[in-house]
This record gives sequence, structure tokens and C-alpha cells, in this order.
Amino acid sequence: MSETADRVKKIVVEHLGVEAEKVTEDASFIDDLGADSLDIVELVMAFEEEFGVEIPDDAAEKITTVRDAITYIDSNKA
Amino acid sequence: MFDLNGMSALVTGASGGIGSAIARALAEQGARIALSGTREDALQAVAAEIGGDAVILPANLSDAASVDGLVPRAVEALGKLDILINNAGVTRDNLAMRMKDEEWADVIRINLEAGFRLSRAALKPMMRARFGRIVSITSVVGATGNPGQANYAASKAGLVGMSKALAQEVASRNITVNCVAPGFIRSAMTDALPEAQKDNLMGKIPAGRLGEGIDVAAAVVYLASREAAYVTGQTLHVNGGMAML
Repeated sequence: MSETADRVKKIVVEHLGVEAEKVTEDASFIDDLGADSLDIVELVMAFEEEFGVEIPDDAAEKITTVRDAITYIDSNKA
Repeated sequence: MFDLNGMSALVTGASGGIGSAIARALAEQGARIALSGTREDALQAVAAEIGGDAVILPANLSDAASVDGLVPRAVEALGKLDILINNAGVTRDNLAMRMKDEEWADVIRINLEAGFRLSRAALKPMMRARFGRIVSITSVVGATGNPGQANYAASKAGLVGMSKALAQEVASRNITVNCVAPGFIRSAMTDALPEAQKDNLMGKIPAGRLGEGIDVAAAVVYLASREAAYVTGQTLHVNGGMAML
């Protein structure tokens, strides 16, 4: 597992208060992890802060699973 | 109660009568203030009067880029932003049938759209901090209407609806969004009214006097305080009883 994946999963566990084993790369934030739309806004803000990337709104809308987040960050971080 | 020490506030329209009273009252309760407005010298005067660490952030709220830059400037100057007071407002009175497109658009842009843009920007740091207070200054006219003020009444009623929507979006993050709706407040504008008109006005105000800036400011201090945590999506009317809504 990549370093990005570890850090993304840690943020998801902290923000959503879910068990770490539930945060698989296939997990959907809303369907599997119980997030609401405001939680997703917060997660995106947390990712931006942690990785120093900017995630514009149109990209953020496409991030629905843990894998989406990892992929976006890996291809856009400095 | 209502201790604002350690909190930072941005007040728009801070050089006006109500805005400066709000800024002064928030500062007296211990908040650090960023004063925004269009007239730099007037802002300087208010900052000097408040003393201490008040900062001024001149901005033109009819310009979207200037509006969008204001909250980041405030966060940079104050280190954080706990309280946003959307106070800036303009009037372009005219009978609806004579109202120009620009008269409508100017008032909506400055009173309503700037309030939305500033709130949207402020929610980011407030969400991070899991704390925030947004208070928009509306008007009794937003609830009752007033001839000659279709644009102004629409902008103020718009702020009320916007605040209720925002309040529901962010309530779970300890952010409250409320309005304070002043009635007739003593100002250069009301001082200039003819005596007969003033008497007529008084007849409609059970309290028997015009409001003062401090009457409005006290309501703002309450809604901005930690103690008002369970009050959100509300409009607090400060009008001496002239409209009981």
C-alpha cells in the first residue's frame, strides 16, 4: 500500500469516526462509510491541507471512493 | 456571559453608524476586529477609536474579486475568523415602475450577493475550527416591505432565506447563522427627516424613540457569543416594537 493511501485512510478514519478495516480502497464515502455531503467537503479540505494540493470543485465532485481520492492526490501532488 | 476574548471578527460596512457600533461592542467584549468598508479614512477613525489591535481592510463589495479576497485577507490579518458580520448595505430607492436595472442590480449585488460570497468563504475556516458565528444585518423592511424599496426589501429578505439554508447546512459543526433586523435607527439619514415625518414615525414605534446603534450591536454581540450556540437560522428584530414578527 502506498504512503498516500495510508495517509488518506488515516484522515478518513479520523473525520468519519469509522473503523480502519472498513476503509478499503473500494469503499464509497457515502454508501459504505456513512458520510454526508458536508463530510465530503470536509474530507476534501483535509486532503488539501495534508497533501498541499488544491482540489477544485469539479474534481472534488468526482471523488466518491477512497481510491478516487488516492488516485487524484497521487496524480496532482507536487 | 458573552465574553468574546480570543475571538476574531470581520465587520463589513464598519464605518457606518450601525457598523461602527457593532465593531465597538464586539471589541468591548474582547474580540479582535477587522473593519471593512469603502472609505479608508473613516475606517481608520473607527479603528483609532476602538484602539488596540483593530485592523482595517478596505474593500469594494460591488466587485466580486474584492469580495472574494476579503475573508482570506481577514484570516491573514487576524490569524483566524470566528465571527462574520455582514453589515454592509446600500439603498437605491425608487418606485418599482421607475426602478432602473442598475438600481435593482447594485442593491442585490452589494447587500445579498456579497453576503453570500463572504459567508461561503468564511465557512471554510469555520468548518475547520468547528466553530463559527455569521450574523447578517437585515431590516424590518425585509419582513414588512416598504414602498420605494423593492430592491432593498428583496435583498434583506434574501439574506434571511439564505441564512436559514446555511444554518441547516452547518449546524452540526457548531456554526450558527442568524440575522438581526433593525427598525428605524438614529443616523444622519433619520436626523435629516422633517419634524412632521419624525412625529409620524414615532407614532408607529411603541418604544417612543428611534433605535440607537448600540441597540443593534447588543443583539449582534449576543448572537456572536458562545452562549448563543443553540440559536440558529433566526432573525432577531430590534425595532422598538414597531413590527412584532
